Amino acid sequence: MTETPRELTVTSSPHLAGEDSVPRIMHGVWLALLPAAFAAVFVFGYQALVVLLLATLGCVIAEGLMLTLRGFSWKAVGRSLTDGSAIVTGVLLALNLPASSPWWLVLVGALVAMSLGKHLFGGLGNNPFNPALVARVFLLISFPTHMVASAYTPPVAGFGESSEKAAARYEEQVDARSYATPLTALQEAIEKSDPEEARAAIAELRRNYPMWHLFVGNIGGSLGEVSALALLLGALLLFWRRSITWHIPIPLLLAVLLTTGLPWLLAPDSFANPLFHLLSGGLLLGAFFMATDMVTSPVSPRGMVVFGVGIGVITAVIRLWGGYPEGISFAILMMNGAVPLLDKYFKPAKFGAAGRRT
Amino acid sequence: MSNGTFTGGIHPPDYKEATSQLAIEDIALPDEIFIPLSQHIGAPCTACVEVGADVSKGQKIGDSESFVSAPVCSSVTGRVTAIEKRKHFTGQEVLGVAIKVGSQEDQAKTNYLKAIPAWEEADLDELRKLVREAGIVGLGGAAFPTSVKLSPPADAPIDTVIINGCECEPFLTCDHRLLLEKTEDVIVGSLIMKRVVGASRVIIGIEDNKPDAIAHMTKATASYPDVTVTALHTKYPQGAEKQLIKATIDREVPMRGLPMKVGALVHNVGTALALSEAVRLGKPLIERVITVSGPGVKRPCNLRVPLGTPLNHLIAHAGGLNAAAARIVLGGPMTGWAQADLSASVVKGTSGLLALDKALAATRDEYHDCVRCQRCVRACPMYLYPNFLATAAEHKQWSAADKDGALDCVECGACAFDCPANRPMVRFIRDAKAAVMARQRA
Repeated sequence: MTETPRELTVTSSPHLAGEDSVPRIMHGVWLALLPAAFAAVFVFGYQALVVLLLATLGCVIAEGLMLTLRGFSWKAVGRSLTDGSAIVTGVLLALNLPASSPWWLVLVGALVAMSLGKHLFGGLGNNPFNPALVARVFLLISFPTHMVASAYTPPVAGFGESSEKAAARYEEQVDARSYATPLTALQEAIEKSDPEEARAAIAELRRNYPMWHLFVGNIGGSLGEVSALALLLGALLLFWRRSITWHIPIPLLLAVLLTTGLPWLLAPDSFANPLFHLLSGGLLLGAFFMATDMVTSPVSPRGMVVFGVGIGVITAVIRLWGGYPEGISFAILMMNGAVPLLDKYFKPAKFGAAGRRT
Repeated sequence: MSNGTFTGGIHPPDYKEATSQLAIEDIALPDEIFIPLSQHIGAPCTACVEVGADVSKGQKIGDSESFVSAPVCSSVTGRVTAIEKRKHFTGQEVLGVAIKVGSQEDQAKTNYLKAIPAWEEADLDELRKLVREAGIVGLGGAAFPTSVKLSPPADAPIDTVIINGCECEPFLTCDHRLLLEKTEDVIVGSLIMKRVVGASRVIIGIEDNKPDAIAHMTKATASYPDVTVTALHTKYPQGAEKQLIKATIDREVPMRGLPMKVGALVHNVGTALALSEAVRLGKPLIERVITVSGPGVKRPCNLRVPLGTPLNHLIAHAGGLNAAAARIVLGGPMTGWAQADLSASVVKGTSGLLALDKALAATRDEYHDCVRCQRCVRACPMYLYPNFLATAAEHKQWSAADKDGALDCVECGACAFDCPANRPMVRFIRDAKAAVMARQRA
């Protein structure tokens, strides 16, 4: 007999494992959110940085608290805290808040995200709704004065222009009215009863918000609503790392384009064009970073497409006819609730199943 | 016609460079061999020799009356020293025949079958009988008796014989080497299969990580109008029977049905070689080629090994294990069997002997709740929901696991390989399969 190593492990096949892990995916997601976070700090200044840090720290601490309350060992708590998922929720929460948010609002949000949003359901992997969005909607309903557009801090800088020019432009955009984000301006415009006034308001909107400013982020809004460019950069990173696939975001964006595009084609003077919808509000943040949250989206490829389309249509409907200027948060949460059904009805046909399309 | 692959699957690193360019070596005979009487799917054999009997190389030492079975033959000339239960590669005990290997001169004494050199005119049933007597089984790993596969019922005509040269398991290169070194035998073996089942063509499917084998086989088959070589996009588990049929001729075998339902017959490269040697030389299946590789082996190699050789003899030939060896796997790393020691012996279905180090050998003791990342759904070649199946099994919800298709799982391990939560998917699903089958029997 030749030598046998003393410690041979005997386990079930397969004996190899891929390199990806939950921490690697999660840390990748918040890294991909960094361009948007930088853009927010640039546009809104130190206030944005404070919100980002408070939200992230708050979520990590709240996660630790919840895990301890649930009776996990220190080792398990440590493992969960370093898996990056609480950081992702923290950064997403911050990007869903205005820079003007008071410190306690951010911390309440963090606690709600981690408790109501995540650990009451059993922690990572078991929560049906996106924790950051649960917190956002909780705050929106509980503290409306802090979450409506009038509470929003004006941008202090713009991409490709001096801070004085940015301030002047912002004054002009806000004018005498109370709106501070492109979508609230749009909502006021389309809600005008007099068609003439509505048309004038839409024309003004177009002047005030040129596509370029919407694209790079020279506008008001939540931290993560400003720069489409930064969000797209992050999204590319997620695609490149294969953390997300096209199945959710692309149908979602197409659905928004179609749903907002139809009324615009019929009455171009009375509606904002679909590109305006694409670049404003939380649409891109939602489409690439929140609708794609793996825990709260379907596992069936066809289910994912339907999920994306559903979110897109609901978002557009709320924007065009709903009581809120922005609808992406509600749309994602509603479709989160539909995930078990989507997984059931769009289950792939098994290999060799009768009638399967080959 | 074919898109050169199937839907689903994964792309593990192939680790084949260690042995893919090494010619097949012969191995010195061990002192003793142990031939298990059950090395195949189907009824186990009963020993037909007695302790103390002299046996010669090729002599039948075990057989069964059952249709789905295959006899076992001695791979050496020597003397039977024991018929007893010993450790099998599965970890369980198996009844087998231990034979003390005779001297080098003794080995010239063989007891082969009667060859059928004129196989192109021979009676088909005679050919089938020879295949059965030669103890040939599928050498890709499943070890299903070949004579059974060569006897399709009249209502399921087979038009295509597919030779499986995918070798989609990482590390393994034995089939690659056979394609390069035993070209003629592989082609003749496939033509014998084609004739026996009355097919009209042979397709040899080879993954494109073996460009030399594709080029070589394409050239070698140029003079055979009925034999073509198809290059396939490298992907695991393409060598699985149903996935290979889909990849080569774009037909989908019905759920829980056999390949003959779509007119196909799939055989491994090694099986074609064994068939050719049995028919042309009368040589029963008494040896096979095995890849010995992995970072824990000092000198990786491709070996021609008499069946029954103990694993430690193979490792000794390969220079021994180095300190890094942490897990020994019999077969490929995706579906093979971890060994607690090196005492088991080589059987017909053994394609590889791997020594993995700590860095490569996956442990799934610590795992996370499913995070629904959907990778297993994309990877599953049977289009199941491995996530729901494994979670149901984890919680012993056998009915739910059954409903989600536990029995349709082929245990390829693609889901577990890609799982970022490190979940032991295959172990969970195996538990569910066992429970569901036990319930069906009850």
